Amino acid sequence: MPVKRVEKTPMPERDAVLRSHDFGEVNEGYGMAHAQFEAERCLRCQDAVCIDGCPVRVPIPEFIHEVAKGDMRSAAEILRSSNPLPAVCGRVCPQEVQCEEACSVGIRFKPVAIGYLERFVADWEMEQTDIDITANLNRDEKVAVIGSGPAGLVCAGELARLGYPVTIFEALHAPGGVLRYGIPEFRLPKDVLDWEIEQLKKLGVEIQCNIIIGKTLTMDQLMGEMGFKAVFIGTGAGLPSFMGIPGENLNGVYSANEFLTRVNLMEANDFPNADTPVMVGRRVAVIGAGNTAMDTVRVALRVGAEQGLVVYRRSVQEMTARVEEHAHAIEEGVEFHWLTNPVEILGDEDGWVTGLRCVRMELGEPDDSGRARPVPIEGSEFVIPVDNVVLSIGNKPNPLLLQTTKGLEANKWGCLVVHDGSSETSKEHVFAGGDAVTGAATVILAAGAGKDAAAEIHQDLSAATR
Amino acid sequence: MAKILEKRRLTPITQLYKIDAPLVAKAAKPGQFVILRVRKGGERIPITIADYDREAGVLTIVVQEVGTTTRYMGQLGVGDEILDLVGPLGMPLEIPAEGHIVGIGGGFGSAALLCLMRELRARGDTTTIINGAREKDLLILNEELTEVCDNLELCTDDGSAGFHGLVTDRLQQLIDGDGPGRPDSVVAIGPMPMMRAVTETTRGAEIPTLVSLDPLMIDGTGMCGGCRVTVNDEVKFACVDGPFFDAHQVDFEEAVRRNKMYVRQEQESKDRSECMKLAVGQD
Repeated sequence: MPVKRVEKTPMPERDAVLRSHDFGEVNEGYGMAHAQFEAERCLRCQDAVCIDGCPVRVPIPEFIHEVAKGDMRSAAEILRSSNPLPAVCGRVCPQEVQCEEACSVGIRFKPVAIGYLERFVADWEMEQTDIDITANLNRDEKVAVIGSGPAGLVCAGELARLGYPVTIFEALHAPGGVLRYGIPEFRLPKDVLDWEIEQLKKLGVEIQCNIIIGKTLTMDQLMGEMGFKAVFIGTGAGLPSFMGIPGENLNGVYSANEFLTRVNLMEANDFPNADTPVMVGRRVAVIGAGNTAMDTVRVALRVGAEQGLVVYRRSVQEMTARVEEHAHAIEEGVEFHWLTNPVEILGDEDGWVTGLRCVRMELGEPDDSGRARPVPIEGSEFVIPVDNVVLSIGNKPNPLLLQTTKGLEANKWGCLVVHDGSSETSKEHVFAGGDAVTGAATVILAAGAGKDAAAEIHQDLSAATR
Repeated sequence: MAKILEKRRLTPITQLYKIDAPLVAKAAKPGQFVILRVRKGGERIPITIADYDREAGVLTIVVQEVGTTTRYMGQLGVGDEILDLVGPLGMPLEIPAEGHIVGIGGGFGSAALLCLMRELRARGDTTTIINGAREKDLLILNEELTEVCDNLELCTDDGSAGFHGLVTDRLQQLIDGDGPGRPDSVVAIGPMPMMRAVTETTRGAEIPTLVSLDPLMIDGTGMCGGCRVTVNDEVKFACVDGPFFDAHQVDFEEAVRRNKMYVRQEQESKDRSECMKLAVGQD
């Protein structure tokens, strides 16, 4: 019987002062006792609305029930059969606006900690030595996946499970896409990511790094001489936006992508043992208030900044970052400047950043996004002295593939056009999903798109052979 | 991984490498570059493609050993593997004006003229290369460059070979009608001060000029935005929009300043790589 308890079982966390100086994981994860204690709270609803809240439709009550019973092996099986990246999703999904928002317990109490339980099950599986995943590639049709971010990994995993030989092509020297270059170790340890990718390889997924489709090979080569019968494009949104304000090319100004890539992918936190440096002064201002901005400002603290600031033109209500990430940032001493719009980055005579000229804002009528539009308050300009500015105001899809692929349609923002309710692009047997289609969104939405596309590719190829 | 098939020293700090990289060699066009990484924890650095043999699947690059990664690279020998090599990156060079095209190479930059001038000559242009260096021993690839163009002009600051003076002095003479005559188009690849001087030389004469910018870069695919340069008052990413730009529109001052962003760290890293003699080519 479910147990009524108002509060979630809290996630054990490392001390904020200690953790803000290293890259160790912030959340320590449940133990078995925590997990069973929390799993008891699930009502096992007949009409499990939490599943509707999950982009990859994990059978949530089923796996949680197995945790409550203590049958971890079954829990792990159920989880993995529906989500090829459970250890990742259990860490980085915004559950509070997905499964947990839908959770029936949440109507009166705090919802069941579905995300924490997902992570617990995946972490358990990671420690087992006797769980054997074997490849069973019984289909002849080769499928190419472009990009090894969450959309590509999930799509490839699903296709491999369906028996297709899949090759992922990755532009960088290591797989994972934004999971590797974007999300820092304190939220998603590289070991965890490596393990997830290892599981996909065991399923038979092949990953070729250092190959850029659109440059090294063209789409036509893939589908022609190389013999791939279908292609999934999961190239993400990897073209950073800048504000277009004066001073953006001063020394000490970064895009969040560059700043995070230097640390997460190139290990600049270990300079000079690693060869790539990152330049961090005493005070670092991050512009924007999404999850990437939170990651960026917290990384800045960990690579030596004395003060991390977040500068956002809207208020805390309109912030797009997860509540947990915001809370962690506050605990770590990040200073938030809400309703503050940067208008110029100031520099010294040698071209180095010295400050950020801002104007105060107030909230007006709702804009196109439904959020209150920030309006500048006249005469409210002021300067925040800073040594670095990192812009975290979003990304556009990468144009490299479009430049060389005929018949692939994109909209005016560079997002690939897909048929309504599908992942089919304008090109036959070519599918797309994730940020490359939607513009910058979340890991789990990309994963969901990858999973849906895999089902469509399966249908497409099955129809073709009939 | 990409295997080094041949290696040749051109100057005390410059070496030429022929690399087994069939996919890159097949796709490469003049003006593009590759990004390579030679050890775990190593940087990703852009290197201009000097030449390619599509049939043999061989890529030629010339590397000047000035920083940590290029020095590690220098320690690799024939048969060793380059840990990561990706490309071709950047936009292929497009030279609009047909006619007399002058390619100017300074120092190891001349290497990139190999494939470029060969292709231009093949399409029917008259091609001149001005190969410049401080002194005779630092001039590279004279033999190879002779083969790919109609006129090879050597130029040394000290007069130890060819024309005695700067490449821009010789360029001015050409513009004035000397030798192979006034260029219809100029392409310059080399150190920033040299490219800047070329730009000023052709500006007054209104000769279309392209220069190859080499800002700091990480991924080379437009993802980091670290390589932004200002051209015609617009911000461009050198990795996807370049690396060649209309010289007369380039904000050189900014480009030079941005390239010096990590001077202190680069020195620290270099000093360390020298004394530690870390293993290279290992993952």
